[in-house]
Amino acid sequence: MSQPTGGRAGTNGEARDTDWDGVRLHVVSGKGGTGKTTVAAALALALAAGGRRVLLVEVEGRQGIAQAFDLPPLPYEERKIAVAPGGGDVYALAIDPEEAMLEYLEMFYGIKRVGKALTRMGVVDFATTIAPGLRDVLVTGKTSEAVRRRDKLGRRAYDAVVMDAPPTGRVARFLNVTQEVAGLARVGPIKNHADLVRGVFASPETAVHFVTLLEEMPVQETLDGIEELRSTGLPVGGVFVNMVRPAVLPEGVLQAAGEGRFDSAELALGLKAAGLTDGTADASAVAEALAREVTEHALRTELEKRERAALEQADVPRYDLPLLPDGADLAGLYELADALRAQCVA
Amino acid sequence: MTRTAPALDIDAILDDPDTRIIVCCGSGGVGKTTTAAALGLRAAERGRSAVVLTVDPARRLAQAMGLTELDNTPRRVDGAGESGGELHAMMLDMKRTFDEIIEAHADPERAQQILTNPFYQSLSSSFSGTQEYMAMEKLGQLRRSDEWDLIVVDTPPSRSALDFLDAPERLGRFLDGRLIRILTAPAKAGGRSAFKLLNAGFGMVAGILTKVIGAQVLKDIQMFVTALDAVFGGFRQRAEQTYRLLQAPGTAFVVVAAPERDAMREASYFVERLADERMPLAGLVVNRVHRPLAPSLSAARSSAAAEELDARGEHELTAAVLRLHAGRMQLAARERRQQDHFTSAHPTVPVAQVPAMPEDVHDLAGLRQIGQLLAS
Repeated sequence: MSQPTGGRAGTNGEARDTDWDGVRLHVVSGKGGTGKTTVAAALALALAAGGRRVLLVEVEGRQGIAQAFDLPPLPYEERKIAVAPGGGDVYALAIDPEEAMLEYLEMFYGIKRVGKALTRMGVVDFATTIAPGLRDVLVTGKTSEAVRRRDKLGRRAYDAVVMDAPPTGRVARFLNVTQEVAGLARVGPIKNHADLVRGVFASPETAVHFVTLLEEMPVQETLDGIEELRSTGLPVGGVFVNMVRPAVLPEGVLQAAGEGRFDSAELALGLKAAGLTDGTADASAVAEALAREVTEHALRTELEKRERAALEQADVPRYDLPLLPDGADLAGLYELADALRAQCVA
Repeated sequence: MTRTAPALDIDAILDDPDTRIIVCCGSGGVGKTTTAAALGLRAAERGRSAVVLTVDPARRLAQAMGLTELDNTPRRVDGAGESGGELHAMMLDMKRTFDEIIEAHADPERAQQILTNPFYQSLSSSFSGTQEYMAMEKLGQLRRSDEWDLIVVDTPPSRSALDFLDAPERLGRFLDGRLIRILTAPAKAGGRSAFKLLNAGFGMVAGILTKVIGAQVLKDIQMFVTALDAVFGGFRQRAEQTYRLLQAPGTAFVVVAAPERDAMREASYFVERLADERMPLAGLVVNRVHRPLAPSLSAARSSAAAEELDARGEHELTAAVLRLHAGRMQLAARERRQQDHFTSAHPTVPVAQVPAMPEDVHDLAGLRQIGQLLAS
């Protein structure tokens, strides 16, 4: 899967070819329930590995990052939340549209200390919840600012930024900010700002990844999402197949079970040999129950195979992330980060 | 052992003629739409005249209910309904719903003015709360029409599952709020900038608005708001009506979740919020529960036996099946813990479980099966 895209290697980490060299903004989307936030967090750790600085941002006010890293709720402030394998830093920022708006007004218009008045008048409410697209411009604008930011010596503030983006169904619209604010601003400062932000998103320095499960709806939404991104001219990244279960049964057995031909007699003998059952009747009862589990597993595996084949149509790099037996706890995030690095994502 | 949650008696809710509205809510990707459709179908087959209002259903699920396009009108679902019951289904078209409100309340000239306003066009198709607002508006319309004795609503896949409760209030607050007065003031004063007539605070805010969004957009917004203001009077009143409808005893909220940490946490949050708002909660539906079929054989024993067989180099297949089973037992235990957490925090909330299916639901038979599982 590794295909050097001819970008730079890490600025201060060891040099290694990865699939996304040159990409500085990783947008991670996915259908609800696919583990989008978990994958974004693991990707941030993987990208930071070996001494880089990575910023992980969230934009929907769900405090998903804090939950993933088992931290108290994050304020609107970039703060270090984790150390990556081999010494790199992951910073996090939960973007709050209201704060981002006040910051924007101050940065671009020098308008200060009017937060209270604006809030009282309902302007903040209007801008962040009602004005079409403005909320999205505010949060995407803050993200692209972090991507572009340099310190006094001209060095990048972050080697990469990972965004835990809105779900697949909304992501193209969310990133296509110019279109989003069209009703609000065809010319003028908001339009200019949106154009600038869109420029960052549409550049080869950005990749929009999708997280999916090998299930029908998430796969369909992923394919639709990729299509939509391509038609809006936004850069499609990879597909992360999450919660992949290891193959435990041989192909032949699965096929037989899928066709309802799984023989539980042999299983009953095996159970007896293992001393798990209490007499022949019990052995065959347990064997039959287990045989039904095998059949269900076979059907499920077949469906997964079909979904995998469907994903191939999209013609984008795919990466597998294992199902974590204990759920996505902190240790699990590091495990997933390792899996991403092993597959040359980072 | 943690305490057991009371069982959610779905049929008792569906059969009670006083149940007029069922709202399915929960985080994204937990099977809300499928649950709503299955409840509607089951109600119809138990003799009720039901309508399912869905927002953004998956293609094949929509097809299962005979829905092929967004047309904003309930369509009869063929092959659903028995003993006098019937099922209708519709997909929400939020822009159409918004347009219809305008058309119904404004004289043709003013309606035209609003419908062609760029700000309105943008608001009605992209405001992140419009979908929620319009779902609630449609619910109100369906309820008032009294054509169906049960309405099952699927809530939009929002940023937060609570958005649909807040959106009407928020839009109402905006439309009745002070900002509107600032925005409408110049228009009322004859179109010239009348900001200077206002007090200093207003003037400052208006100044910022002009600076940031530009004069043309401000004018669009002003025209829109002025036209809308003349039409509605009290948007907030409308929002309050919807809110009261949701609080009424004939409404039953069904929180839908999957047995995973995030979904259960969201479910918990939702249950608390509904209690705060005094909204009638019927219970929790946990979808996609994995149930081992040989529960007497523990994960530990299965794994140990598999290792033992491997070491002896015999019954390779049995060893593999035992490992599969052990994985399934572990998953079930993890899911059980997630549900136990919920139940210890909310011991009185009734729970129904639906086992994970090997395949997605694509037809009425599948929905019927889910309905049976929900009720068993």
